[in-house]
Amino acid sequence: MKRIIRERKVRNFHQAKWDEPVIFELHKPGERGVEAPQAESAIEAAVGDGISSIPENMKRTGLPALPEIGQAKVLRHYLRLSQETLGSDFNVEIGQGTCTMKYIPRVNEMMIRTPKMMDLHPLQHEDDVQGILEIYHRLDLAMREISGMDRFSFQPSSGTQALLTMASIVRAYHDSRGEGERRNEIITTMFSHPSQAATAVVKGYKIITVMPDEDGFPDIEQLKRAVSDRTAGFVVANPEDTGIFNPRIREFTDIVHAAGGICYYDQANANGLLGITRAKEAGFDMCFFNLHKTFAAPHMCGGPATGALGVVEALAPFLPGPVVSRNGDRYELEEPGDLSIGKVRSFHGVAQTVLRAYAWIRSLGADGLLNVAQAAVLNNNYLYHKILQIPGASAPYIKGSRLEQVRYSWQKMTEDTGVTTEDVTRRMCDFGLHYWTSHHPYVVPQPFTLEPTESYSKEDLDEYIQALAQISREAYSEPETVKNAPTRSTVHRIDDSSFDDPAKWCITWRAYLKKTASPQTEA
Amino acid sequence: MAQPKQTAMHPYIPNMIPEVQRQMLDEIGVERIEDLYRIIPDELKLKEQMDLPPALSELELRRHVEKLLNRNQSTQDVLSFLGAGCWPHFIPAVCDEINQRSEFVTAYAGEPYEDHGRFQALFEYQSLVAELVDMDVVNVPTFDWAQAASTSLRMAARMTGRTEVLLAGTIDKDKLKIIANYITPDLTYRLVDFHHESGELNLQDLRNKMTGNIAAVYFENPTFLGTIESQGQQIADIAHEAGAICVVGVDPISLGVLKPPSQYGADIICGDLQPLGMHMNYGGGQAGFIATRDEEKYVMEYPSRLFGIAPTIVEGEYGFGDVAYERTSFHDREKGKESVGTQTALWGITAGVYLALLGPYGMQELGQTIMQKSQYAATLLGQIEGVTIRLQSPFFKEFAVDFSQTGLTVEEVLKQLRAEGIQGGRDLSSDFPELGESMLLCVTEVHSQEEIELLAAALGRICSRETKGVNSR
Repeated sequence: MKRIIRERKVRNFHQAKWDEPVIFELHKPGERGVEAPQAESAIEAAVGDGISSIPENMKRTGLPALPEIGQAKVLRHYLRLSQETLGSDFNVEIGQGTCTMKYIPRVNEMMIRTPKMMDLHPLQHEDDVQGILEIYHRLDLAMREISGMDRFSFQPSSGTQALLTMASIVRAYHDSRGEGERRNEIITTMFSHPSQAATAVVKGYKIITVMPDEDGFPDIEQLKRAVSDRTAGFVVANPEDTGIFNPRIREFTDIVHAAGGICYYDQANANGLLGITRAKEAGFDMCFFNLHKTFAAPHMCGGPATGALGVVEALAPFLPGPVVSRNGDRYELEEPGDLSIGKVRSFHGVAQTVLRAYAWIRSLGADGLLNVAQAAVLNNNYLYHKILQIPGASAPYIKGSRLEQVRYSWQKMTEDTGVTTEDVTRRMCDFGLHYWTSHHPYVVPQPFTLEPTESYSKEDLDEYIQALAQISREAYSEPETVKNAPTRSTVHRIDDSSFDDPAKWCITWRAYLKKTASPQTEA
Repeated sequence: MAQPKQTAMHPYIPNMIPEVQRQMLDEIGVERIEDLYRIIPDELKLKEQMDLPPALSELELRRHVEKLLNRNQSTQDVLSFLGAGCWPHFIPAVCDEINQRSEFVTAYAGEPYEDHGRFQALFEYQSLVAELVDMDVVNVPTFDWAQAASTSLRMAARMTGRTEVLLAGTIDKDKLKIIANYITPDLTYRLVDFHHESGELNLQDLRNKMTGNIAAVYFENPTFLGTIESQGQQIADIAHEAGAICVVGVDPISLGVLKPPSQYGADIICGDLQPLGMHMNYGGGQAGFIATRDEEKYVMEYPSRLFGIAPTIVEGEYGFGDVAYERTSFHDREKGKESVGTQTALWGITAGVYLALLGPYGMQELGQTIMQKSQYAATLLGQIEGVTIRLQSPFFKEFAVDFSQTGLTVEEVLKQLRAEGIQGGRDLSSDFPELGESMLLCVTEVHSQEEIELLAAALGRICSRETKGVNSR
């Protein structure tokens, strides 16, 4: 037979398109998705219908207007929606810089889905949950070794919640020393995650943002001017979202300490640093790791997750509780003392993610973690080198010295062709690849942030690079192809003009039905 | 001839092949990987290898972890009546199937064009919960109920410009800790008394504590103690008369039979999604929701993402995207509303699957089953000498059982139940001393008649042993 030629630069991809109705449109009166469990007849005989006891004014009078749908239809519907979702298992997921999409080991997913894990109640007697408590403790020990911190809590359920917890600890610490009123400022940097500033505001702090210097490092002179006896804390990521590691970080933490502030480290993403350098040596008092980033727990469409929070000994009494302690061969939930900030998430955080991270660390060991960091940094620098060869692309600030990610810019391509980074986002979907611009505000113009992690091979990276190179060629030769993208996704360009208009936005199906009921409202 | 064993590679790290690494380094123009770390000063570099246990192969890992997990007694191994914020419920198999789908498990921050399905599934989740609570706006889930309540209170404070909130005294003390931390230092709270015989809120105490600085009144229905609060409208009226916002926390699985709080004056409704298709996961199954009316002043105060529906350039296509994205901290950093990040989106999708499966009749029937079974349990336990059902209001799913008259402490009762292979309820004696030696028992649709009777028989034996012991002294 004829040999099939498969020599393409970029993948000939088309995403699943099921033209799937909104679930309410599947409603067929009388259909059933599942039978609700019924009470035994003897119970009914003993207590009657059960609902007569509800006070009249508290009885539901009409049924909720949920759809009635047979089980196979429900399953089909959601499977179709899943096919219309590009998870990181399906693409070379290096386009979500700052968020380290990496391979999710299947064995870990299997292990969290056993009854010994899924069907545990968080208030069970400690003797009945020694297995999961031991896993909490073992992960705590590993995290201490990786960070140099002295104690970990796994209660925060995301990086944002870990940042909020750290800001809460900063407040509690200064309050305990009678300086809470005066110390009302937290210093952060422009290239930090938005949650660093936002969570500090929730805890009542004024934010001072240190801008980058001409090389992209946080400006140390600005920091010196920013600290005072009002400084409560300093929060920073290193490397920042640019991928630039600040080599003077110890000077930064020393300056803040000298002013009486607490230094806390956003290590949501520590992928390039495992076994290389730690929070402790850089002078931090607290740090957190996103177990759903560096430690290979999945992101699950946006949670649940874990922001594992480590502190130095002096701050341990402020941690939310309980934390797990070892007492001989027994593991116990240690209730917090008076200095604790209390609690930030119900029960003990997301136990499944704790197990996943523990399993991942155990599957790599110290050597493996170092290999992860090195492969991630090698992959990133290879990508960096190749992308700078693509017409229209650049990486502002210092040349080289990028660790696990880089913030790039399409500024030149936009100036030359009018094609923006948002256009590139849509066009990358046509190749089955995820690409994210960057956090706001766009200090780097027309930004995009890529982070390859250790999970991808050279061939994977080359595929991603080829897709970006193709889009650059298109921008310079046929820009409308990029601007009109996507063409091979589930849907075409969305008319987003209603999303900021209270009269038109539709956040639920019932609101949509109301707001589109008359022809005038459709205009 | 046997090939030498290949040891350099790790299955999770493809680029460890030495030749490939060499090729990549040559491309970059660097001699060694270590050179890529040149920017990190030596004094910050680790000098020794980390002290971690040796790496395990997949088979070894499974053996190791399964051995650890086998030290757990799950609620499938023992009969359990624990609830108190994390509840055992029937989970349809389709919920697990969708919840495990690799596409959803490994998706994250994709655009509407690559993650159309995720956006639609979350829009549908919002829409399904909206029908349950009878409101027009629901958010993409928060961390948990406590977070949803905390954010609801901060939303109310921003809307009213006031700085104090009143919370029903029946609140779970752990939830209170989370709220207290989250609203500090901007807001302060006070607890409103409840009637210790009925569990109902003390309206007189509420009126006494209402001032012009109260941003919100928060109560739950059913309460943490399981009772149905029948004064919802009066509480809302008192709040509204003083210019405060009425926030109601609700267990969504009760809403097939209980009136949604929007119909008795709630302005903001919040609660936990865990009952709607999530395994307990040692407390990792919690996820919060917030619902309001579709009014700009409410919508603009959400910190969370809100997914909306919109047309695309092709007639007949549904598109989805972020509504009013500029309110979020993603967009506006410290000027955004509170903060948003990874929350519990997959649980939201799963809750949507659950509601789609159950449908209106399923939710109604399930609510009824829960009421029947929990009432049956209460009836049996109330017949045991010395045991009383502590609160007299009608209840849903959970109820406080007082052992004071038996001469036993809750701690002792729980210990003896454990000896019989039964997990009793949550001990309330330290958080609610006014209820005596009480425990909060949870009975849902998963408990069979036989299991309820086993509990009653065990408690009967335990209490009668004690009574005999007392008599013989």
